[in-house]
Amino acid sequence: MLREVAIVGAGWSGFRSISPDLSYKEMMYEAAVRAYEDAGIDPRRDVDSFVTVAEDFMEGTSIFDEYTPDQLGGALRPNHTITGDGIHGLAAAVMQILTGQFDLVVVEAHSKASNVLTFPHILAYAMDPVYNRPLAFHPYAIAGMEMRRYLAETATPLEACARVVVKNRANALFNPLAAHGANISVEAVLGSDMVAEPLTRLQCADHADGAIVLVVADGATARALTDRPIWIRGIGWANDTHTLESRPWGEASYAYLAAQMAYRTAGIKSPRAEIDFAEIDDTFAYKELQHLEALGFCRPGEAGLWTLEGGTEINGEFPVNPSGGSLGMGHLLDGSGLARVLEVIFQLRGEAGRHQVKDAEVGMAFAWRGVPTTSGAAVILSN
Amino acid sequence: MKEHVYDCTYLSEEDFETEQVLFETWVPQARYAWDAGIAIGRYLAELKAGRLVGVHCPSCGRILVPPRMFCQDCFVSTDGFVPLQDTGTVITFSICHIRWDMVRLEHPLIPAVIAIDGASPGMGILHLLGEVDPKAVRIGMRVQAVWKPPEEREGAITDIRYFKPLE
Ligand SMILES: [Zn+2]
Repeated sequence: MLREVAIVGAGWSGFRSISPDLSYKEMMYEAAVRAYEDAGIDPRRDVDSFVTVAEDFMEGTSIFDEYTPDQLGGALRPNHTITGDGIHGLAAAVMQILTGQFDLVVVEAHSKASNVLTFPHILAYAMDPVYNRPLAFHPYAIAGMEMRRYLAETATPLEACARVVVKNRANALFNPLAAHGANISVEAVLGSDMVAEPLTRLQCADHADGAIVLVVADGATARALTDRPIWIRGIGWANDTHTLESRPWGEASYAYLAAQMAYRTAGIKSPRAEIDFAEIDDTFAYKELQHLEALGFCRPGEAGLWTLEGGTEINGEFPVNPSGGSLGMGHLLDGSGLARVLEVIFQLRGEAGRHQVKDAEVGMAFAWRGVPTTSGAAVILSN
Repeated sequence: MKEHVYDCTYLSEEDFETEQVLFETWVPQARYAWDAGIAIGRYLAELKAGRLVGVHCPSCGRILVPPRMFCQDCFVSTDGFVPLQDTGTVITFSICHIRWDMVRLEHPLIPAVIAIDGASPGMGILHLLGEVDPKAVRIGMRVQAVWKPPEEREGAITDIRYFKPLE
């Protein structure tokens, strides 16, 4: 990259199934106060620009970017809001810093999923109105179709998907920020209500409310602020075609391309050897496996067996979602990617407590925007 | 010209009116329940009780209304609720001849920003003016809230019907 870029502060609010005690502004404020305290900065004096991530349909307010500055300390300052995942927002902040015009940029993303009373309707509204929406099936059937094709192409057993759920929800029990920690069995996962075959209820991440704020700086500013910056080594993002009629159903091409872009920037040739752990999208259990393969941590068909052997557990060869992932922490809508990044930061700082990975020096966070999208973003961080 | 027109069935006005051509239609079902949280929650509860409240910023000392848990200028947490008067001064206003859905109004609405007595200068709430000839409204006009009777209040900004000129 043209300039070094690092994360120098991180804050959060949440994560819980419901949050009636805090408005979204109060939730964002709580996360921002933590992040600025962590970075040792005053947003009214030090921050050059604010990037927020929000989707009007999820907020229930159009032109939602009007409502983001105050609670971040961003009034009367450069602000902009993007629709994307939080990691797309982080990429926007990195690009601003790379221009040389900005030295300190704040990124925010949040979820008030509990406030969206007609969530299935909003999700259905993401479907193509002419070709797909009139068919009236729940969009989770897209995940069902993709899962079936992925399992068939890679000969991955159903038990491997269930083990992802068991692992991530157990990891979440060690994570005080996680909303959905639980001890459950493979049998319980596979025997839970069928949503869209072969996808069962417990293989779908439940939502949570929460906010994450990150403070991003150029190398010189980062070194002046802290002696433990978390360096952004590479960042990438990609979309595949949106068409449900002609996308590659078995593989996550968007994840492959996003990761390749990030690896190129970071100079990474062998991801499994050069990266110590990953926090990757597990909105649906099979997605963790499919993404592991697309990101190049193993070959197609290997992720399931690797998981069944325990290789991706906190103490395994390559820990995946030690935070509990979206299955364990709760899915934060477009805040999900920053929740993954937040955990990578904790791990690289050695602050993850009972879910700390040993010798964590380089980590990846990867986000997917959920059905029906093929939108992915990856970032590689190091201490 | 006739020879340049292909033999075909023409679209009728009815095809457009009954939406048979050119577009798909969907009626969205988007319902939300915004968590009020601390600041808005208290504000609405006080409205139900027939009172206006603001919050105090310990840094700049301003009294902010409507309440918020942070001062957007100082980026510090506000430290308490402060009772305010239900009187104030018109900062600006418009005489609006159309409703939000573009229906022309026989009796125009008069939206106004009213600096509330007891709050810091420039701190106002957005409401409507009533019991006043639109031609008589002026910047700087002194006004007072006209409340709904207690049994009709529901913890909403509409618990105040409007502000009327103060004699
Ligand atoms: Zn202040």
